[in-house]
Amino acid sequence: MADRLLWGLRAYLLLSWMWIRVSLTYRTSFAMLTLGQLLVTGLDFLGIVVMFSAVDALGGFSLPEVAFLYGGAGVCLGLADLLLGNIERLGQKIRLGTFDAMMVRPVPLYAQMCSDEFALRRLGRITQAAVVLAWSILTLDLDWTPAKVLAVPYLVVFGTAIFVAFFTLGAAFQFWTTDGSEAANAFTYGGNTLAQYPLTIYPLEAVKALTFLVPLAFVNWYPSLFVLGRADPLGLPRAMQFAAPVAALVLAAVAAVAWRGGVRRYRSTGS
Amino acid sequence: MLYVAVATRSFRRYSTYVAATLAGIFTNSVFGVIICFVYTAVWQQNPDAGGYDVTDALTYAWIGQALIVTVAIWGGGATDEVAARIRTGDVAIDLYRPVSLLGWYLSADLGRAAYHLLTRGVAPTIVGALLFDLRAPAGPVAWLLFLVAVTLAVVVSFGLRMLVACSTFWLMDDTGVKNLAAVLAMFLSGLVVPLVLFPGWSRDLAMALPWSSFLQVPADIWLGRRAGTDALAALAFQAGWALVLLGACAAVIARARHKVVVQGG
Repeated sequence: MADRLLWGLRAYLLLSWMWIRVSLTYRTSFAMLTLGQLLVTGLDFLGIVVMFSAVDALGGFSLPEVAFLYGGAGVCLGLADLLLGNIERLGQKIRLGTFDAMMVRPVPLYAQMCSDEFALRRLGRITQAAVVLAWSILTLDLDWTPAKVLAVPYLVVFGTAIFVAFFTLGAAFQFWTTDGSEAANAFTYGGNTLAQYPLTIYPLEAVKALTFLVPLAFVNWYPSLFVLGRADPLGLPRAMQFAAPVAALVLAAVAAVAWRGGVRRYRSTGS
Repeated sequence: MLYVAVATRSFRRYSTYVAATLAGIFTNSVFGVIICFVYTAVWQQNPDAGGYDVTDALTYAWIGQALIVTVAIWGGGATDEVAARIRTGDVAIDLYRPVSLLGWYLSADLGRAAYHLLTRGVAPTIVGALLFDLRAPAGPVAWLLFLVAVTLAVVVSFGLRMLVACSTFWLMDDTGVKNLAAVLAMFLSGLVVPLVLFPGWSRDLAMALPWSSFLQVPADIWLGRRAGTDALAALAFQAGWALVLLGACAAVIARARHKVVVQGG
C-alpha cells in the first residue's frame, strides 16, 4: 500500500516535471498564459472592488474582510487546480481513446490523470490570490494569537484538500457522462465564487447545506470566522471552526470510492 | 444558400452533445443563483446603484448567464477550429476554396450561437425566473430589438475571436493570446460586474469599447433602459464595431495568405 502510494507520487512528480519542460518550450506563450491566469483572477477581484465603490459592506463584511475570504478561497482553488486541474479532461480522453493508452501503462491511473499536461502557468492564479490575501492581512487590524497564525496555513491545506476531492469527484462523474465535464465546474469554480463572499449574504438554509451537504463552508468560511474574530451566523459550536479535516477526509473517501467505481465500470468507447 | 446550410449544419452538430448542454445549463444556473445573492446584498445596501434597481440587477445576472456561451464571451466556437486548422496547415485548403473563409466560419458560428441561445440561453433564464422576481422585455418590439442586439453581439464577438485565431499565423500557438482576450472580454463585457457600476470615466471607456456589445447593450435593451431611438443608437454602435472588426479580419487574412506555404505532397 505505502509502496504503491510512493510509486504513484514519484510517477506524478516525474510526469509533471516533463510537462513543465514542455510548457517552457514556447516561452512567449507561457509568459502570456501565466500573465493571463494572474489577470483573470485579478480582474475578478477588481470586480469586487468596483462593487465596493457602490457600497461600504457586503453582508456586514468590509472590503479587507471580503479580501481575506477571496484570497483564502482563491489560493485553495488555485493549488488544487495546479495539482490536478487537467483531471477534468477525463471525458475528452475517454472520447478520443487516449484514456485506454493510460490503462496499459504500469503507472497508477490517478497519478497519470492528475499530472497530465501539468500547467505551471497556474502559478499566476495562486500568486494573485496570495497577494490579495496578504493585502487583507496587512490591512486588517487583527490581534494575532499563535492559534490564529496557524489557522492560515491550516485553511490553505484543508481548503485545498476539499477542492482536490471535488475535482476528483467531478472527474469520476465523467465515467458516466463523458461529455458532462462542465457540471463539475459548478462545484469547483462555482464553489470558489461562492466562498469568495461572506456566507451571510446567502439564506441560512443554504449555509446549512454548504456545511453539512456540500461542505464548501469548510474551505475558508469557518477558519476565516476564527481568524477574523466573527460570530458564526448559524451559532454552531466553536468546534465547527476546526472541523475542516473531518470534512476533507469524508469528501476524500467519497471521491476515492467514486473514482475507483468509475475505473472499474469503465468500458472503452472503442475509438 | 450556402451560408444558411453551413449555419444549419453547425446548429445540428452542437445539438448532438446533449449531456454537455445539460451540464452547461446546470452550471450556468448555479452561477446565476450565486450572483443573484451577491447582487441582492449590493442593491440592499445601495438600492439604486448604477441606476439599476434590484430587479434590474437580478435580471442582468441571468441575462449574463444566458449570453456567456451564446456570445462565446470567453472564447470558443467556430474560431477555435480556425486556429487548429492554421496550426496543422489545413487552412491552406480553406484559402483556395471558392467561398469566403470569413463568411464560412461566421455562418458556422451563428448556427452554434442559435443553438446555444435556445438551450443554454433559454433554460437558465427559466430557472432564474422561477427562483427570483425578474423583469421581461416590455413588448414585442423590445423582444425583437433584444434578438437583433444578441445577433450583433455574436458577430462582434466573432470578429474579436477571429483576430485572436489569426494570430496563430504568426505565433503558431494562440493559447496565450486567447487567454488574455478572454480575460479582457470577461471584465469589459460586464460579466464580472455590470458596466453601469463602474465609477466615473472607466464606465464611459468600458461602454465605448467593443466588449460592451456582448452583454451590457443587450441587457439594457431587455431591461428597457435603452428604448426607442436610444435602442437604435445602441444597435448602430454594435453594427459599427462589427463592421470594423470584420474588416480587420479580412485585412489580416489577406496578409496571412502570403505567409501560408503549401507543401507539395
